[in-house]
Amino acid sequence: MHEGGDLQVLCADFHIHTCLSPCASLDMSPVKIVRQARGRHLKAIAITDHNSVENAPAVMAAARDVGLVVIPGIEVTTEEEAHIVGLFDEIEAALSMQDLVYEHLLQGENDEDLFGIQVVANEWDEVRYINRRLLIGATRLPLEEVISGIHDRGGLAVAAHIDRDAFSVTSQLGFIPQGLNLDALEVSRRMSIKEARERFREYSIFPFITASDAHDLEEIGMSPVRLYVKRPTMGEIKKAFACQGGRRVCQER
Amino acid sequence: MTLDDIVKKLDLKVRTGASELNREVTRGYVSDLMSDVIAHGREGDLWITLQTHQNVVAVAVMKSLSGIILVNDREPQADTIQKAEAESMPIMISGLPTFELVGRLFAMGLLGL
Repeated sequence: MHEGGDLQVLCADFHIHTCLSPCASLDMSPVKIVRQARGRHLKAIAITDHNSVENAPAVMAAARDVGLVVIPGIEVTTEEEAHIVGLFDEIEAALSMQDLVYEHLLQGENDEDLFGIQVVANEWDEVRYINRRLLIGATRLPLEEVISGIHDRGGLAVAAHIDRDAFSVTSQLGFIPQGLNLDALEVSRRMSIKEARERFREYSIFPFITASDAHDLEEIGMSPVRLYVKRPTMGEIKKAFACQGGRRVCQER
Repeated sequence: MTLDDIVKKLDLKVRTGASELNREVTRGYVSDLMSDVIAHGREGDLWITLQTHQNVVAVAVMKSLSGIILVNDREPQADTIQKAEAESMPIMISGLPTFELVGRLFAMGLLGL
């Protein structure tokens, strides 16, 4: 059922790191991320740090009243070392997912010289503290458990950068197993959704998205994805992923 | 035995860390998961893997491994080479598949325990 003129285009980037991810630039602070996202005319972004949500609240606060939707998310490293992005309705659900991830994360302290520094910031770009966990590590959560963990908390589970030859469901498992309950497949900046659907036509039942996987400010908004929704809300975004009520993710570009 | 003994005997190509080939190798370890090497790798291990991304260098340095051998003629990525040079971490390449390579290392007297 298509609801025609009710729908608006939502331009989004659902995979952005902050200075909390060890591999991301220290420049990826809340205020700067919001400013860059607005400069790129994005209406929605998701904050998806490795195995942590601790910078999402600050980015959400920095975006208050500026007309940018900030989705609290996480990029979980499964036991198989595949990356799964979780996108949540509100911060409580995301923090609950973080609890699950922290409980099963590889023990050990981050080595800042080798992996990078993990900064938790506030909404004014001030450093609150340094996260000492091994966020670059993997969890002991198998793929299915990560996905069900995300779904149990009302979130969307996206297989990250399936076109990459490392840290993707495709690279680590060889292919996407039958019956895996993913909400979307993400390809990296290197290809368009149209190209992805051509290259991965065996996965045509899934909606595809593109996202920046930004680890640097200038990467934000590179290869955004377009959604057709009634309002710029997570509820509408979920309907678009599920192709419900006329809402959908643009697959043509 | 040293890395150099192995490079010569098995005709490995040396991509980085050429000045470090006099390192003693204590044990052989095979894994393609970073988390597994972080959990089980030991100082002096010679790591055999097919992973070519730069995290292999960070993990190898973190665990003080003696070196990395890539199999099946896989080449390290550009930033992997950069990081390995900066850390003086030897990366060598074998044209052999893992099973065969490990068998030959074992025959040379390199153990896994």
